[in-house]
Amino acid sequence: MIQVEHMNKTFKVTRRSAGFSNAVKALFHKETDTVHALSDISFSIGDGEMVGYIGPNGAGKSSTIKILSGILTPDNGTCLINGRIPWKDRREHVKDIGVVFGQRTQLWWDVPVIDSFELLRDIYEIPRHQYLTTLEELTDLLALEEIIKTPARQLSLGQRMRCEIAASLLHTPKILFLDEPTIGLDAVSKLAVRDFIRKLNRIHKTTVLLTTHDMQDIDALADRVLLIGKGRLLLDGTLSDLKSRCEPPCATLDEIVASLYREFQI
Amino acid sequence: MKKYWSFFRIRFIRGLQYRTAALSGMVTQFVWGSMEILLFRAFYQAAPENFPMTFEALSTYVWLQQAFLALYMVWFWESELFNSVATGDVAYELCRPVRLYDMWFVRGLAVRLSKAVLRCMPILVFSWFLPAPYGLTLPGDVKIWAITILSMTLGLLLIVAFNMIVYMSVFYTVSPQGIKLFVTSLAEFLSGSVIPLPFLPNHVRAIVELLPFASAQNVPFRIFAGDITGPDLTISILKQTFWLFAFVLIGRFLEKRALKRVVIQGG
Amino acid sequence: MNSIRLYVIFFLMHLKSMMQHKVSFFMTLIGQFLISFNVFLGVYFMMTRFNQVKGFSYSEVLLCFSITLMAFTLAETVFRSLDTFETIIGNGEFDRILLRPKNSLFLVLCSKVDLTRFGRLIQAVVMLVYGICYSSIKWTPLRCILVVLMILGGVCVFGAIYLIFACLCFFTLEGLEFMNVFTDGAREYGKYPIGIYGKTVLFICTYLVPFALFQYYPFLYLTGKSDNSWYSLLPLFSVLFLIPAFLLWKFGLKHYQSTGS
Repeated sequence: MIQVEHMNKTFKVTRRSAGFSNAVKALFHKETDTVHALSDISFSIGDGEMVGYIGPNGAGKSSTIKILSGILTPDNGTCLINGRIPWKDRREHVKDIGVVFGQRTQLWWDVPVIDSFELLRDIYEIPRHQYLTTLEELTDLLALEEIIKTPARQLSLGQRMRCEIAASLLHTPKILFLDEPTIGLDAVSKLAVRDFIRKLNRIHKTTVLLTTHDMQDIDALADRVLLIGKGRLLLDGTLSDLKSRCEPPCATLDEIVASLYREFQI
Repeated sequence: MKKYWSFFRIRFIRGLQYRTAALSGMVTQFVWGSMEILLFRAFYQAAPENFPMTFEALSTYVWLQQAFLALYMVWFWESELFNSVATGDVAYELCRPVRLYDMWFVRGLAVRLSKAVLRCMPILVFSWFLPAPYGLTLPGDVKIWAITILSMTLGLLLIVAFNMIVYMSVFYTVSPQGIKLFVTSLAEFLSGSVIPLPFLPNHVRAIVELLPFASAQNVPFRIFAGDITGPDLTISILKQTFWLFAFVLIGRFLEKRALKRVVIQGG
Repeated sequence: MNSIRLYVIFFLMHLKSMMQHKVSFFMTLIGQFLISFNVFLGVYFMMTRFNQVKGFSYSEVLLCFSITLMAFTLAETVFRSLDTFETIIGNGEFDRILLRPKNSLFLVLCSKVDLTRFGRLIQAVVMLVYGICYSSIKWTPLRCILVVLMILGGVCVFGAIYLIFACLCFFTLEGLEFMNVFTDGAREYGKYPIGIYGKTVLFICTYLVPFALFQYYPFLYLTGKSDNSWYSLLPLFSVLFLIPAFLLWKFGLKHYQSTGS
């Protein structure tokens, strides 16, 4: 159960102007801009829900995920995940969540993937029996038998992403955050990943929060969609609500979303 | 020529942007220079008769070394260039209507000069204000200034030419790390970066001064400090010129052969 | 004790990873050895010319040099991840560390173990043995323990400096070059007993960054230049330098978590 209420987050960014004279000025006086990453964000996600989190770049998606993971602290507002405040009970909270970053890897580069898995088992202190059961299930569902003994650097992007997802689930978390999981993947791998997440949600009732720019991901996985723009939550509804937002000629989900961006001027 | 000026300008502006980095670097160099001089002071007090140059000359040498570190430090490699050979990206460079050797040479010069220009003035000014004999002692003779600048140029070109030889050698072997480290440590010692060459025992010094590395920073700084005078001066400059030509010739020769190899193997 | 076991597991992973690149590993090993050898040559030639510096003979300088080198190399091997902390923050690795249910500093230390420093470590051991045999010190068990304490104190001081550097990375990624003064600088100028550089340096190295507490004062007692036996306990005080470093880490971590990356 994820509960977020009236969350705010601002950042101070140094302003760097172009040109020689500005560079000299900058030597003596630093100018900063304030960025409102999140303004008054409130939503709640129940157990077992699959939620899509969309918005243009810089809208605040990554900041939200970081706060929900416990990495970042918001300026104010409350956030409760399974009864815990993420950044306050970081070590306990983190045992219950899994995070997959599409553009970064948590696997060791030069050693077989299975070694990375075993290291994670030791870090999370997963009981041996439970680890073996989970591993078998993940290997089966993600088709990892052939690649599990290969070093990560020798895997293709699609194979690596499947291993990444498995790595994030070894400790059987109840909540899974996915940050652009299908980026750069070929069609076959994308389908495999989506298929797996659906199965995961069905079998284990894992709550899934997915950020992505690929609307096919949303179409395939999300029951519910949150739209964020310029730090504000602009839409919170079901996938069918979203689809009904625009009459024809908006045929595809991409076009619907694009028109929403225009409508909200984000 | 214009493109090199733009390149230089961009690096320069970039350097100014990171003011804390520049300040930090300067503080570092002040401290290193000061510690070196304190160290030599301790040795001077131990046995002044064994000190092979005047203390003023030593201090001048140390501060010049710090100020122009970017120009003469051997361990300044551009990993991009090494990597471009390993990955094959160098093929792009070979398609240009400029010779690879010349391009990389000018690039090496530009990078070193842009780094040095920013750092040298504060250190030179600071060390000039230090009380003698701990600071920079300027030579009275205007000729010395001119000769120093000539010698510094020769030394810089020499170092860049040496870098080029090492870059070219990468075409012949796959692993640059080994060559890099071995060559760097050897060259560092032989050029007088670890301890100034006059401090070496006489028989060792005689051999080292025959080697090319003694013609890099060792010559101009000691000329400026007044440690090399008279006929020695002329000989040192001639040596610098000789080794510069030698390195350039070797480098260009290696480049020609290396490129032939590359083409034969299908690139 | 679980943490120790976990660290060993990490260590073995690093070893395994390293073995994948044998050639590069050995090349770097040899290269590191050569660079260190340069430093030794510098000392050798200077001492040959001058015979003694501020009352310290060649054998004494050698002993001091090897103790400092040993401490520094050990620290470099273990704390390498802190030395390169700006990379860990820059590429998002630290965020991933925060997602694990373990102390973040512990995991940072686990994330890198620099085995290429082994070349220097071997050299340090060789030099230490040579320095001990060559010296004219009368070795008692107490004096041997003192050497060990000096090395441990040194590891802690260098470790604390690396930790402070890492903490500064929480606040800014630019302009941290001056920290080199304390790490590489300490190794470079720690070749000689730190007292030879004069009163100011000695003052800074006693009260600001406690180099003198493990490298100079105990050394005075070791070589018999001073009879003050309290000097032999000073390395333990230098260990306390870790405390402010650790507090700074906690402060920096809080700052990082509120400003993001």
